[in-house]
Amino acid sequence: MSLRERLQSWRYNLVPDHLVGEILTKRWTDNAIPFLALVATLGVFGSIIPGFFKLTSLQESTRQLGEFSMVVTGMTVVMLGGGIDLSVGSIFALSCFSAVYVFFILEQSIWLALAASLAAGLIFGAVNGYLVGYLRLRAFLTTLVTFIFGRALFDILVTTYAADVQLSSATSDVLDFIGDSTFSGLSVSVWLAIILAIVTHIALTRSRPGWHVLAVGGSRRSAHNAGIRVRRTVFMTYVFSGFCASIGGFLIACRLSGAGPGTGLNLEIMALTAAVVGGVSLGGGRGSVVKGLMGAIIVLTMTNGLIRLGYGTGTNQMVLGIMLAVAVTIDIRWLKNRHKVLNEVYVAPVYLKMGATQSAVPGSGTPYELDNRLSAADHIGLGELEGPEDVILDRDDHLYCGTRHGEIVRFFAPDYVKSEVFAHIGGFPLGLAFDREGNLISCVGAMGLYSVSPEREVKRLSAETSRSWTSIVDDARLRDPNDCDIAPDGRIYFTDSTKRYDAHDWALDSIENRATGRLLVYDPKDRSTRTLLDGYRYTNGVCMAHDGKSLFFAESWACRVHRYWLEGPKAGTAECVIRDMPGYPDNINRASDGNYWMAWLGMRTPSFDLSLRHPAMRKRMTRRLPQDEWLFPNINTGGVVKFNEKGGIVEALGDLTGGAHPMVTSMREHKGFLFVGGILNNRIGRYRIAGADPNWTSPASYWGGKP
Amino acid sequence: MNATGWPKFRSLNQEGIVFAIAVVLFAAAAIGLPGFIDPNNLVAIVRSVSVLGILALGMAVVIIGRGIDLSAVAIMAMSVAWYLQLLNTGTSDGLAFAYVLAGVLAIGLLNGFLVAYADVPAIFVTLATGSFVFGYVRSQLITQDAVPVPQGHWVELLGGLRFLDIPVEVFVFAGLAFLFFLFLRYTKWGRYIYFAGDNPVAARNIGIPVRPMLVLRYVLSAFVALIAGLLTAASLHSINTRVVNSTLLYDIVLVAVIGGIGLSGGRGGVRNVLVGAALIGILLNAMTIIDIPLLYQNLIKAAILLGAIIVDGIINPRDEQTAQQGDI
Repeated sequence: MSLRERLQSWRYNLVPDHLVGEILTKRWTDNAIPFLALVATLGVFGSIIPGFFKLTSLQESTRQLGEFSMVVTGMTVVMLGGGIDLSVGSIFALSCFSAVYVFFILEQSIWLALAASLAAGLIFGAVNGYLVGYLRLRAFLTTLVTFIFGRALFDILVTTYAADVQLSSATSDVLDFIGDSTFSGLSVSVWLAIILAIVTHIALTRSRPGWHVLAVGGSRRSAHNAGIRVRRTVFMTYVFSGFCASIGGFLIACRLSGAGPGTGLNLEIMALTAAVVGGVSLGGGRGSVVKGLMGAIIVLTMTNGLIRLGYGTGTNQMVLGIMLAVAVTIDIRWLKNRHKVLNEVYVAPVYLKMGATQSAVPGSGTPYELDNRLSAADHIGLGELEGPEDVILDRDDHLYCGTRHGEIVRFFAPDYVKSEVFAHIGGFPLGLAFDREGNLISCVGAMGLYSVSPEREVKRLSAETSRSWTSIVDDARLRDPNDCDIAPDGRIYFTDSTKRYDAHDWALDSIENRATGRLLVYDPKDRSTRTLLDGYRYTNGVCMAHDGKSLFFAESWACRVHRYWLEGPKAGTAECVIRDMPGYPDNINRASDGNYWMAWLGMRTPSFDLSLRHPAMRKRMTRRLPQDEWLFPNINTGGVVKFNEKGGIVEALGDLTGGAHPMVTSMREHKGFLFVGGILNNRIGRYRIAGADPNWTSPASYWGGKP
Repeated sequence: MNATGWPKFRSLNQEGIVFAIAVVLFAAAAIGLPGFIDPNNLVAIVRSVSVLGILALGMAVVIIGRGIDLSAVAIMAMSVAWYLQLLNTGTSDGLAFAYVLAGVLAIGLLNGFLVAYADVPAIFVTLATGSFVFGYVRSQLITQDAVPVPQGHWVELLGGLRFLDIPVEVFVFAGLAFLFFLFLRYTKWGRYIYFAGDNPVAARNIGIPVRPMLVLRYVLSAFVALIAGLLTAASLHSINTRVVNSTLLYDIVLVAVIGGIGLSGGRGGVRNVLVGAALIGILLNAMTIIDIPLLYQNLIKAAILLGAIIVDGIINPRDEQTAQQGDI
């Protein structure tokens, strides 16, 4: 191995590039940017302003934060529902005034003041909600106008009653406690804000009304069509926002013991900036209360910090404007381009040097030497079938295969002309096997392991295994269940070819060549699924050995066949029995003479083998070239190989013309014939095997003669 | 004619209704309010809506193209404040004006770029840039809220210009209105604005340069705001930056919307602006004569704007099936 290759293999096999892509698929990455912004803001202002983190200083700023974050929580909920509420500043101010009026001028109890405050907020919110929700007006303009209206009203009220409030002598211990004291080290407003945030978070993520809000925000039309009362849901978000703003207003009334012309000024743009900076998406559906809170802390720290640093009038607006513009732009661009970035970085090829192989060229004299025998096969279902990945025959000689359309089709013996849809699965059925009771077990691509009873009842057996501790993407889910076989005790052994890609993206998996294939077992007794082996390059066909004590499984992209021991001294371990084949192995099945049939879905090419030693080139290729021009395994020529118990190659059959069976993904021997299927083929081939036992059938080989 | 009966109402379109209301209001004021039809008062009405109308022309072009420009007032006040500040601190007139013009165009370009190329909703972009422009100029470039016009400067002389006893801003408004009318009605680019406002995707598909046109509209709006600012300074001999925090911005939207320029774009024209401006001018003047305090005037204007938006929403309803996701 040259130094260059050694470096390449270290670079691409040891550096976990694929994690970047996997992390980006996570929704919590949306939180990363606001979180970093939060840390940066606190860090910068904490270091510039002396005494920023002192308890007294924190207490005063957190008191304000409590009020502000409540308003932001309300705004967040409205935005999650697809709207926006610019009137929060007015609601805040009017609620504050209501409390002040009831308490100081009417000299009523503080609780009545709270009630007045809440009533003002709820009524204002209901007006907004009615206009935006039921009348379907534009949220932005409508709440802008109600904001002006509320502000004008507030200005009139404040100028009229300001003097009376000054003269009032009303006092209350409760008011002083709410406004000035602390409870377990935190002020009342902070406690209330925390409680409100937790309740809102739980409601949004774990309750029906909360889900409705998110659904409406995510896709209003779909929500409407799904029967959600869109208008009422939108209405409720504004009422909630009014409620939140009114509590904030009540708290500031307690803290300042009055209302002034500055109350709630610029609050709407601050709250909007906070929500957007925190990462709550405009247009709805994406975001959380926590994001809103992060934004609230960022915005308040910045604006207060700038005031304390002594910057003059207008600085706040400048900074808010910049933050809002930047955050909105990032939000829009991120939403738009996230999947593009993901596509760019997700494919992370590794280095692999394939071992030298023997030739399969006709006349080369090797055991792999392909011939043209398969081109003589009869065809079944020509033109009717699309994608018979696996084929299987039952005790009555009927022929079954899966199709691309998500069905299992049955061809009737003896001539296999007539066919019917045996069962509709919904996913692409790949590997097939009959169990002792005659149930048809199938690995369904991207869905899981399914069972179809002779009465055609479809049942899901398994769709997940246990998750591994170090996984980033959820590897419990079966992404590409490929082939299965059944042990004498009834346990179903099956492969899941890759954790990184869905079944139809198998070509990307071959280009990446990362070893993430698994061998799993499903136990019908307790219906559990366990992972037996992990870390193979596209595990594929599975076949129980004739004695039922071990099984063979194929590792496609490494061109190897392994044997996994179920019992005996090596139980639970795997050993490689065939390595460095010239073709990519697919399904494996029993042969009548005690050997095994193995399908080759394609042949290795020197060019692709070379590309496997150049991961950087493959990465560039997937990024820059259209998919049609990618270099990936040659699947235009395949074949069928027979190997013995020791892994020795007995013979190889091919279709060199490419006319009937260019690629073979499965074959099944039945009464002297070999039935051949291919995932990209439009037929099943039937080939008479010279000298084969004319009575041997697979069900009998597995489960004995007819019951 | 369907069961709802709206189409009948619609055939009487909003512009006509508003015009009728304006006429009725005018007649009522003329009869009921002493001194209303005094020629000086009528000139005052037209003069009072001139600046508003000029700003509304810029806003109208943006709204017809399915956008909105909330930074107009900030640009208007802050650009002129900066200009006057530069003059007061001794910068030569040409250089100062070049600075300010460059600044105004830059903000227009920034608005347009973010809306057109970054796909950010116009309402947020202009809200943010408006806040930024005010904050930046106020905190970095000028020293107090109000900046006076230097003695004997052309802006001051402009304010004193009279022609047939009518102040110059009325002529500027009329001239700009005529130019905008020609632009919107008879130029290729003007027609493109309607296409793009009516259906941006289809406009793009037929080959209209939708994005550059968007940028053009915001630059135009910013430029118009500068003109309006200069006229304001000319008539008041100073510019007060507190106007940014006033309700002027909403008055502009009010003029456009109440005149019948649909907020969903593609509809309306200069005539709608004139009608809207006439109604608002009469209304404001009447309220001033009746001596309604400014705070109550704001309340009334807000109520009218709310009514206008509600009517707009009822006449042009949005359907659950066809509404755009994220269109707030």
